[in-house]
Amino acid sequence: MATPSPVLLSVENLEVNFGAVRALKGISLDVHAGEVVALVGANGAGKSTTLRTISGLSRPRGGKIIFDGKPIGGIAPSRIVSLGIAQSPEGRRLFGGLTVADNLRLGACTRTDKEAVGRDSERMFMLFPILKQRLKQLAGTLSGGEQQQLALARALMAAPRLLLLDEPSLGVAPLLVRHIFSALAELKRQGMTMLLVEQNITLALDLADRAYVLRTGQVALSGRSAELRDSERVAQAYLGEAT
Amino acid sequence: MSREARITLLVLVALVAGAAVAFGAPHVLSDYFVRIILLIALNAILVLALSLSNGFTGVFSLGHVGFIGAGAYISGILSIPVQQKMALLPHLPTFLHAFSLPFLPATLVAGLLTALLAVVVGYPLMRLSGYFVSVATMGFLIIVNVVLINASDFTRGARTFTGVPLETTLPWVTGWLAITVFVLARLVYSPFGRAMKAVRDDTIAASAVGIGVLRTRLIAFVIGAFFSGVGGSLYAHYLGSFSPNTFYFALTMSLITMLVLGGMGSLTGAVVGVICVSLLSEVLRSVERGFTIGDFAVPALFGASQIVLGFIFILVMIFRPKGIMGDRELTFGLTQRSATVNQTEERKR
Repeated sequence: MATPSPVLLSVENLEVNFGAVRALKGISLDVHAGEVVALVGANGAGKSTTLRTISGLSRPRGGKIIFDGKPIGGIAPSRIVSLGIAQSPEGRRLFGGLTVADNLRLGACTRTDKEAVGRDSERMFMLFPILKQRLKQLAGTLSGGEQQQLALARALMAAPRLLLLDEPSLGVAPLLVRHIFSALAELKRQGMTMLLVEQNITLALDLADRAYVLRTGQVALSGRSAELRDSERVAQAYLGEAT
Repeated sequence: MSREARITLLVLVALVAGAAVAFGAPHVLSDYFVRIILLIALNAILVLALSLSNGFTGVFSLGHVGFIGAGAYISGILSIPVQQKMALLPHLPTFLHAFSLPFLPATLVAGLLTALLAVVVGYPLMRLSGYFVSVATMGFLIIVNVVLINASDFTRGARTFTGVPLETTLPWVTGWLAITVFVLARLVYSPFGRAMKAVRDDTIAASAVGIGVLRTRLIAFVIGAFFSGVGGSLYAHYLGSFSPNTFYFALTMSLITMLVLGGMGSLTGAVVGVICVSLLSEVLRSVERGFTIGDFAVPALFGASQIVLGFIFILVMIFRPKGIMGDRELTFGLTQRSATVNQTEERKR
């Protein structure tokens, strides 16, 4: 990006506690419009918690979350969706007892512009053709990869300005992982802003413009993906103090 | 025929058939069978009201009978004739002594006040999930029972509450059943109904797509309570006299059995469950009085019907845990659901 685009999301000194456990100890990051930012790090580093707090599913104990100039820390998840942040949650969390079509409709349940919703579902079928064939099937009967595509499509149906992705490769067959990441690359070309949590660091850094490496609830280092890819300190942040 | 035309036709046929049964049955059938049909229709209203939260929204309430009891007593107090009210409930506040409402307005008021009660009760309780909400709503049922027993100025306490005009006839009950089915079908198969099922399937995912979980549960709970209150009023005007324990655990168990047996995610399942349990218990009740086949006399075994019903319930739970209908609707060819499931199975082969 030649000229820096405006900041869409900025997180300042975010703290989250689970009971006595301090899950996030003051995380700061920002995401510019049109940018893809990855959060990487080992298990328990606080990646998912960061996403869940931005989308309102967890409450912050301290710090600020500012989306498009407005503070959104601690407000109801349904309002956050209306403001333009959609999340594809970890473990997909589809409505297994409902059809694929119903899952997609529910993704758009905060919207009132029917025609645009119709256009968006056509876009989803272009991006994920398998969903069109499965429309009337129950979401719980899809394969892991199909479920992940549906989870992505459901989040996109909210027409978000910021898409939060939590582990899109988790539990998906390798071939489909490639398919899903090429769909994400296509979304990036179309200008979608994304904040991505991903265990698979190679995939994450290939897609993202920038990345933050988290370790035990703090930002260990951050930078452009290309720089981080070769950095020894990334491996260090992953493996702890050992190397 | 288009889908809409078929739905309209189906609804018309159902309405005509319902009206024919409601007005024709008393002329053709004996009082005994009319009473069975009436009780089936009445229990269908109660079980449908229960299915809204327990089946479609995933809030397994054990407290709906509290709403039924509240509706019965409210409607009873409102509609006992004025002179009798003086004699039976001498300590009522004077404004309640002054008038007595006809059946329909009394039923509507009972439904509305019960819905209001559900707002107050539901607002804190609908935050709970799973077992917690079941136990908490059961607590509500116990509270209602204790209040009914102790508010004796209004309810005659543990003594029988009597003097309610016997106005619940088959046309009234089938009419209310038609309204209940219509309202619930419109609700359950609407975007709001989709939100209810989403909350049932996964509350976190529901919040993540922007559904207000508390709001959705509360609306389902309150609408269910309205129809429970209406059903309670119909019950009161059917029995004429009842006591607080009429609306307690026994009724709770029987309604939940009907709902679970019929299938929790289906309106027609709820009705099928009511019909199966009601007919079965009638048959069993006549059997348990004892009978003779030829020279062989089977002695009376009182209570046997309950044992057999309990046994059947266990068998259904083992072999068909989602109930007879599961989440399918019986719509005479109008649903596409089972067809598509077959299709996808074929594709897999």
